[in-house]
Amino acid sequence: MSAPGKVGFSKAVYTRPRSLVDVKSHFCPGCHHGTIHKIVAECIDRYGLREKTIGVACVGCSVFLYDYIDVDVVESPHGRAPAVATGVKRAQPDKFVFTYQGDGDLAAIGTSEIIHAANRGENLSVIFVNNTTYGMTGGQMAPTTMLGQKTSTTPYGRDFRGDGYPIRMAELLAGLEGTAYSARVAVSTPAQIRKAKESVRKAFEMQIGGMGFSIVEFLSTCPTNWGMKPLDAQKRVLGEMSEYFPPGVFKERKQADFA
Amino acid sequence: MSAPAASPAKRILTKGNEAICLGAVAAGCRHYYGYPITPQNDIPEYMAAHLPALGGTFLQAESEVATINMMLGTSASGKRVMTSSSGPGISLMQEGLSYMAGSELPAVIVNISRSGPGLGGIAPSQGDYFQAVKGGGHGGYRLIVLAPHSVQEMYTLTMLAFDLADKYRTPALILGDAIVGQMKEPFVASPYDPASTAEKPWALTGCAGRERRNVKSLHLKDNAIEVHNWKLHEKYERIRKEEARAESYMLDGATIAIVAFGTAARVSKTAIQWARKEGIAAGMLRPITLFPFPGREVFELARTVDVLLVIEMNTGQMVEDVRQCTPLHDRIAFLGKPCAMPTPEEILERIRLLAGRKG
Amino acid sequence: MTGDIIMAGFGGQGILMVGNLLAITAMEEGKHVTWFPAYGVEMRGGTANCTVVVSDEEIGSPVVGRPKGLLIMNGPSMEKFLPMLTPGGDLIINSSLVEERQVTRNDIRLLSVPADDIARDRIGSRQMASMVALGAYVARSGIVSLSTVFDCLPKVISKKYEKFIPLNVNALKEGAALAGFHA
Repeated sequence: MSAPGKVGFSKAVYTRPRSLVDVKSHFCPGCHHGTIHKIVAECIDRYGLREKTIGVACVGCSVFLYDYIDVDVVESPHGRAPAVATGVKRAQPDKFVFTYQGDGDLAAIGTSEIIHAANRGENLSVIFVNNTTYGMTGGQMAPTTMLGQKTSTTPYGRDFRGDGYPIRMAELLAGLEGTAYSARVAVSTPAQIRKAKESVRKAFEMQIGGMGFSIVEFLSTCPTNWGMKPLDAQKRVLGEMSEYFPPGVFKERKQADFA
Repeated sequence: MSAPAASPAKRILTKGNEAICLGAVAAGCRHYYGYPITPQNDIPEYMAAHLPALGGTFLQAESEVATINMMLGTSASGKRVMTSSSGPGISLMQEGLSYMAGSELPAVIVNISRSGPGLGGIAPSQGDYFQAVKGGGHGGYRLIVLAPHSVQEMYTLTMLAFDLADKYRTPALILGDAIVGQMKEPFVASPYDPASTAEKPWALTGCAGRERRNVKSLHLKDNAIEVHNWKLHEKYERIRKEEARAESYMLDGATIAIVAFGTAARVSKTAIQWARKEGIAAGMLRPITLFPFPGREVFELARTVDVLLVIEMNTGQMVEDVRQCTPLHDRIAFLGKPCAMPTPEEILERIRLLAGRKG
Repeated sequence: MTGDIIMAGFGGQGILMVGNLLAITAMEEGKHVTWFPAYGVEMRGGTANCTVVVSDEEIGSPVVGRPKGLLIMNGPSMEKFLPMLTPGGDLIINSSLVEERQVTRNDIRLLSVPADDIARDRIGSRQMASMVALGAYVARSGIVSLSTVFDCLPKVISKKYEKFIPLNVNALKEGAALAGFHA
C-alpha cells in the first residue's frame, strides 16, 4: 500500500533553452520570431557556445534579439550587420558570431554587405527572417514581397513592371564561392521546425569547423501587417510563399576550401 | 624663434600618410578597414603590407559604408581600429559614425581631404571642416577632430587620437589634406606611452562568467533617449573643457594674429617669418583640435590684437567658429582659397594690407 | 644654407628618387627639409616632379611658387616651370633632351648638363642621368655637401642594387665637375 503522495517530477522532458531569456514575448500573436529565437538558442546551447557568442542585431523587429537571447549582442545600422559581424569576427576569430536579419535589412538596404561577406567567405552565420514585408515600420513593400501582394506602399499589389520581383536570397547567395552553406526553411509545422533546427545546426557547424559563410533563410509570418489571422498566415507560408520560395538546401560545403 | 632640428640620428624622412600608419601601429592598432581613394592610398597600402605580420587584420571593404561598420564591430570587440579615406568616402561613413557616437564606440578615422563638393578633385582642401566638426551624420553628436600640420604631428596626433577616442568612448577624426599627407619631412618616432590606454569593461567578448552585454544606440523606453543625449552632452562638454589644444606661434607682441589650421597654418608660418623681417608684428594661433575648438584662446587673443586673420582652404567655415568666440567681429578678417593652398606671398600681401590699414 | 628646388622630368627618370636623396642628405646635415611630390591621376607616361625645401629654420610651405633652383630633365617640364624660377636662380637643364634655345629667360643662372650623354658614355648607364644632374645642382648651389650625398646613397638604394653605389658616386662627380667642382 502506498501512501497518498504529492505528484512528483523525476525527470524534466522539456525545458526552456539556457540561452533563451525568461521574459514575456512582445511579438505579435502568430509571429515566428519567438520560434526562430528558440531554435537559435537551442543550437547555441547544443554546441556550448553561449559564453563565446557575439550576436549582431539589425534594424526592424529583429533588433530585439538582445531582449531574448542571453548572449552579448551588438546592434548594427540597417543592413550593415554582415559588415559589423565581419569586424567582430576579424577581431575575435575564436568567438562564435551570428547575425539576425530581416528581409528589408538583408535583401534591400544591406544587399551589398551580405553579398560581400558571403563572397569573402567570412566565417560567420546568418539567420535571415523573410516575412515578405517591413514589419516594424508598418507593412511596406519588402524586396521579398510577393507579386500581387498588397502592402502599405503597394496598395494595388506588387507589380513587377514597376516594383521588380521578389528576390530569392538563399539561391542567390548559394551561387557565391565563399558561401559554405545556404538553406531555406519554414517553421509552420512541427516537422518543419525539426528540419529548420537541423539547418541551423549545419550552419553553426560550418562556422565551428571554419568552413566559411553560412545562411539559413526562414519563411516567416507577419499576421499583423498581412492583415491575416495567425492560422491563415501559416497557410500562406505553406502555400504561395513556399511555392515561390521553396524550402531546401542550396549549398553545403563538404570541406573548407582554405583549410 | 624657430625650433631646432632634432638630432639627425633619430630622424627619419617620412611621408605624412606613412607617419599616420607608424603612429597607429605604435599605439597598438592592429585592425584596419578601408576602400581606395586618392590622395590617401599610401595608408591602406602600408597597412596591407605590415599588419598581417603583426598578427593584425587588413581588409579592403566593398565600400566605405561597410568599412565603418566593420570598424563598429571591431571596436565593440574592444580592439583599436582605424580607417582612412577622403571626402567622398567620409561622406559614406557618416551613418556609421552617428551609430558609433550613439553606441559610444571609439575608433580613429583619417580624412586626407580633397576638393568637393561631389567628386570635386584631388587638390588639397579644407572644405570638410563643417562635416568634421559639426557632425555630418544624423542625431546630434560630436567627433574629436585633430588637425596635424606636419609629418611629426601626423604621427603624434594619430597616437593621441586613439587615446582620446578610448578615454571618451567616441570616434576621433584626423583632418589632413594632400599636402601633409603626400609630403615627406624628417620625423622622430617618439615612443608611445601605454599608460594612456583605457580599460574597456564594456567590450563584447562573450558573456563567460558575467551577465550578457549590449552595445547599442536604440533607446525606445520612456525618456531613455533624452537621458542618453544629456549623457553625451556632458561628455562633449568635458571634452571641450579638457582637451582643447592650440599652438601659439610668434604671438609675442603681435598686432595681427592669423588663425589657421593644418596646411593653411603651415604656409602661414612662412608668411609670418617674412612679415616679422619687415617689422610687422604678425603671429598665429593654430588650433590643433578643431573639436574641441580652442575658443577661450581665440576670445583672449581677439582682445589683445588689432586683427584676427582667419585663413582657410575653403570659402569660410572655421571663421564662423572664430566669430562665435569673440564679440569683436570688426577685428576679424578672412582669406579663403577653396581647393588650393594659399601661397606665403598671398598671405604676406594680406598681412601687409592689414598692417597698413591699422598702422 | 637655405634653398629650394623643383625637379621635373618624365616618370621613370628617377626624379623623385634624386629629390629624396637630396632631402635625406639635408636631413643628415641637421637641416630642416621637406620633399613634396606631384601626385596625380595619370599612372604612366606623365610628368614627374618634386619640390625640395632646405632651411635652417622651421619650414612653412613645402610647395614653392618662386623656387631658387630648377632642375629640368625634359622639354615639357621647361615650359611649365621656367616662368616660376626666381630671378637670379639656378637653372640646371638636361641638355641631352632639352635644347638651350628653349631657355627664354636671361635673368637666371643657366647650367647645361648633357646628363643623358654623360650617363651613357662615361658611366655606362642612362639610368644615371638624373644623378649626374643632381651632382651639378649640388655643386652649383652648395645647398648640401657633395660628400654627404655620397654617404646617403645607401639610404635610397636598396640592398639589391648596392653594387651600383660606386656608379652613382661617379655620376654625381661627373655632374659636379661640370659645375666647376672637383671632388
